[in-house]
This record gives sequence, C-alpha cells and structure tokens, in this order.
Amino acid sequence: MYLGIVKGTVVAERKASGLEGQKILLVQPVDEHQRPLGDLQAAIDTVQAGEGDLVYLVGSREAALALDPWFVPVDAAIVGIVDGVST
Amino acid sequence: MRHCRVVGPIWAAVKHPAYAGKTLLVVQPIDPAGKDVGASFIAIDRAQAGVGDHVIVLTEGTGVRQLLQQGDVVPIRSAIVGIVDAVDVPGDAG
Repeated sequence: MYLGIVKGTVVAERKASGLEGQKILLVQPVDEHQRPLGDLQAAIDTVQAGEGDLVYLVGSREAALALDPWFVPVDAAIVGIVDGVST
Repeated sequence: MRHCRVVGPIWAAVKHPAYAGKTLLVVQPIDPAGKDVGASFIAIDRAQAGVGDHVIVLTEGTGVRQLLQQGDVVPIRSAIVGIVDAVDVPGDAG
C-alpha cells in the first residue's frame, strides 16, 4: 500500500463492465512527507475521498479486491483517508 | 519479503472495512547496513513493531490473505511479519 494526494476527477462515461458507477480519481503518489513519488495515476475510490485529501491506496490485483463485485479490471484503489502520519 | 525500517504510524478514520482495527505503519526499505533503499510504502502490522524497528515485510497479497484468514476478498498487499534482531552477511567487513 502507499500514500497519495487526490488531484482531480477522471470522467469516463464508457467503461469496462464491472466499473459502472465507480468514481475514478487522479492521484499523485507521495512519501510520508507528502513529496511526490513518480507519476500521476488514476484510481478507483472506495471511501468518498475528495480533491486535496491525503489518502492511502492499494495497488495491483488487491485493488480489485476493494470493490464488490471484485472481479474487475482495476490496479489502484483508494482504501483510506489519512488523518495523520507520524514520522 | 523486504527488509525495512519502521518510520511511523498512519491514522485514518475513514477506511475500507477490511482495514478496521489494523495498525498501519510507514516502512522504508533498507539494505543490510541499514541504509535507505528506494521509496517508502505502507504495511499493516502483524508483529507489534515499533518506530525505528527493523522488520521483515511481506509484500504479496495471497500470503497476506493466508496470514489474516479473513477470506479471499481482502484488499491488503503488505504486512510486517517479523522483527529483525540482526543481519549477518559473511565476508562483509562493514
């Protein structure tokens, strides 16, 4: 899992089956000091995150397991809204 | 598994139900000498790890699901599974 900051929303009317009604957000992965790590990515949102929120995500196959039904084509899912990080 | 150092905890009130009651820690991969290697990431704690501890982190979802025994639909990929007491690299003078 990894941290990210929500930068915006992706609107996609036509999607693969299983993704109907799912909100897709644009996320910048960051480290524990909120410094950017790599490129922006699109992620499915399971926790009603909003723009500017610090969130944590799960990637790869486990991202699909965050959704119900879970056999869906996603590889990044927002699974928590972070209130604080202690370093 | 990865050899990491525990950086610190993360608090999150709003989260996927699979994460309820689980401690989330930021971990930084390190080399045998304790030097940082690559980017930090997040793992759940299954070894009562503390800040600064050197730990072994499982980073593969199927193993985590076997460990947690919460069924097959658990969106968690990484878990701290051991506290490292020492690393011995024969031939390494450092």
